[in-house]
Amino acid sequence: MVADPSVSRRDALRAAAIGGTALLLGVNLRSASIAAISGGASATFAPDAFIRITSDGRATLIMPQTEMGQGIYTALSMLIAEELDLPLDEVTLEEAPANDKLYGNPIFKVQATGGSTSVRGYWLPLRTVGASARAMLVSAAARRWRVDPSTCRTEAGEVIHDASGRRSSYGPLAAAAMRETPPSAPQLKRLEDFRLIGRSHRRLDTRPKTDGSLRYGIDAMPEGVRFASLACAPVLGGRVERVDDSQARALPGVRQIIVLNDIVAVVADTSWGAMRALAAIDIKWRDGEFGSLSTETLREALIEAGRADGNVAVDTGASSKLSGEGVISEFYDLPLLAHAPMEPMNCTVHVTAERCEVWVGTQVMTMTQRAAAEEAGLPPEKVVVHNHLIGGGFGRRLEVDGVRKAVRIARHVDGPVKVVWSREEDIARAPYRSLYGSWMRARLEDGRPVAWGHKVAGPTVVGRWLPPAFDGKVDNDAVDGAAETPYDLPASYVTWVRHEPKGIATAFWRGVGPNMNVFATESFVDRVAHEAGRSPLDLRRSMIGKHLRARAVLDMAAEKAGWNDPLPHRQGRGISLQFAFGTYLCTIAEVAVDEDGAVKVLRMTTAVDCGTPVNPDGIVSQIQGGIIFGLSAALHGRITISNGRTEQSNFHDYRVLRMNETPRIEVHVIRNAEPPGGIGEPGTVSVQAAVANAIYAATGVHLTRMPIDQSLLAKGARA
Amino acid sequence: MFEISINGNRRQAQVDGDTPLLWVLRDVLGLTGTKFGCGIAQCGACTVHVDGSPVRSCRLPVSAVGARSITTIEGIGASPIGAKVQKAWLDLEVIQCGYCQSGQIMSAVALLEGNSNPDDEAIDAAMSGNICRCGTYVRIREGIKRAANGG
Repeated sequence: MVADPSVSRRDALRAAAIGGTALLLGVNLRSASIAAISGGASATFAPDAFIRITSDGRATLIMPQTEMGQGIYTALSMLIAEELDLPLDEVTLEEAPANDKLYGNPIFKVQATGGSTSVRGYWLPLRTVGASARAMLVSAAARRWRVDPSTCRTEAGEVIHDASGRRSSYGPLAAAAMRETPPSAPQLKRLEDFRLIGRSHRRLDTRPKTDGSLRYGIDAMPEGVRFASLACAPVLGGRVERVDDSQARALPGVRQIIVLNDIVAVVADTSWGAMRALAAIDIKWRDGEFGSLSTETLREALIEAGRADGNVAVDTGASSKLSGEGVISEFYDLPLLAHAPMEPMNCTVHVTAERCEVWVGTQVMTMTQRAAAEEAGLPPEKVVVHNHLIGGGFGRRLEVDGVRKAVRIARHVDGPVKVVWSREEDIARAPYRSLYGSWMRARLEDGRPVAWGHKVAGPTVVGRWLPPAFDGKVDNDAVDGAAETPYDLPASYVTWVRHEPKGIATAFWRGVGPNMNVFATESFVDRVAHEAGRSPLDLRRSMIGKHLRARAVLDMAAEKAGWNDPLPHRQGRGISLQFAFGTYLCTIAEVAVDEDGAVKVLRMTTAVDCGTPVNPDGIVSQIQGGIIFGLSAALHGRITISNGRTEQSNFHDYRVLRMNETPRIEVHVIRNAEPPGGIGEPGTVSVQAAVANAIYAATGVHLTRMPIDQSLLAKGARA
Repeated sequence: MFEISINGNRRQAQVDGDTPLLWVLRDVLGLTGTKFGCGIAQCGACTVHVDGSPVRSCRLPVSAVGARSITTIEGIGASPIGAKVQKAWLDLEVIQCGYCQSGQIMSAVALLEGNSNPDDEAIDAAMSGNICRCGTYVRIREGIKRAANGG
């Protein structure tokens, strides 16, 4: 069950957590402070920042990562419960409070959920937490029973001493276990002893999502809350020039009209009242330097930037071999995209002179806290962030632009205010997935590439978002999926050109860097196959060399998709093979293209090896959903700009996949004992090349841009 | 002042008659299970039943409700088909972020109320107005079939 996020509980938790043991950092922080707190809570076993077991047996697990649909609450709980032998059916889950030291993502070192890092990062730390707590409970029981701890075992929330037949559930041991010393290197289970990991477990967050009882950020209702709607400058860097709000003021339920530099907001008794009044305000904007920006100028600037050599990510002696006779080349590029999560951006804020309280669903707790503190003019410790389960993240809620705006508005409001973005505002004034370009080159000898070149141009989102993770030379995310491919290439030359598009704010978007790189690499492999007169499957097999896990997913996908089965005229299959986020994945798309060029995706078959599966059904779910997210981008996704303004506004002109367009999707999970790889993003990444290659096979037209341009595919049209 | 019947209860709301039912439910009555997604009846997140038929509450002025009875996600479990759909959703792990699922469940229940054994075409017709960004369509389809076959 997901905990009711009540303030008092949260504060208690925070107090306990701060005094807890930070096993993650390998530092024992159990200090006087926890002893002081535990005066009132001495019957609680709280060995670290993640586990609380009270004497009545209630178990609470603290979730350091944000649940946004990816199933992370379930997977992380399974890691702890596996080693602790804790039954998961009755646990309570709570969101961790803002605290990078205790809850920083082991990969990012800050409290952030993204990049398909959660299970990868917490695989050992949370199992260690569980094993350590288990050892302390066992020690406490053994001491009480005067037996050797090594003669005790644990099962389903109990310590058991078989020889004497004694057993105790964890609750009655809670207080005594708290006095035990945590083991310095607790023994982790062997893979073959797992009881939870590797078996599909029901999700722990979904029941309150079936009856409307789960409260997302947008459902926060602090006492006395009012509702705000906002209009932001339609052009980045634009300002309010003048406002005529005479009509809006006369409307019922309107409380306040707030005009800031670049924002106009209405506060009213209902969200509807605020939206209606906002629409009645005549706002004249001053556009600033980007008032003539367009998609075309943005793309030209990208291509111009691509003339530079770029910074070298990989050079294994290919650069001199990538020009002249025998070299083929191609340019691939991707458009701007909005995230458009189903829960529109929103943030509820209450600012007073001493304190700021924020209710929001965010992928970045501490960044949210700091952003709110800056805007409220308060120190971060005066900002309380109530995180909520998220109604869709996809990278959008790794950004805190919305939190900043909401706090700026809330500073002018007496009492709590819930700021809700209209869908139009959500789509048209958002940070976007950047446009990217990839320049591919290959020298072919005997029908296979002997030299491989990939130059990718795009912004560094990491460099802005997490500066310490960017060395100033090569952004590892921007070259992910390019620098390391599933192939044994005799010689490679991979470079990155940093290009920050002007007039656009850029953000991570599900699939991040590999979206561009895998699209370009895998499309170009098919182009090479075409040039060499080889089948895309055979060419890939010949290029894989030592990458046996890549071969396994390729072969399984080919077999399950019926690669060799004949297809009707203007139908085709296309492969995309990738290694990214620590996961090997191959998707084969099957499409039909009609005489007018309309594309119907019939079937998607994926084989995935993400190492040791934690919650196998969760993996299947993430791939199914990831593929649908990718299909939205491949078939429909495009944000275009004219006169500095976004031309799309809502789901009628920023289309996403619907039920009637959804193909058959089959997912095959290959199990092994490798450490887990990421799973939220790989499915999305595989779609564009798989579909483009299937279209190539069906029509002979090699698409180099997304989304799919149907006009290039009509019978008789030439690319 | 409007008096409307929601999940079998009479509720009163002191709002402008133009106010869409969605915002009366959410902001005035505190029934936040019905979700705002687009405001223009394009996404289905705000689907409720009006006398058993699925309606996008973001475009239904409260003044137009009249004496008809409203069922929301908070009340749908009281009907046998509603309970079956909720159970199928859990059994098949349909849900990811869950934000659209109030609307998905309301549309699915309305479909099954009128068609006890819908084929793929009927499912497409009834469900294509409900967007899911997490991409749970494959399992929604399975969930409807599971609920139709007795849960």
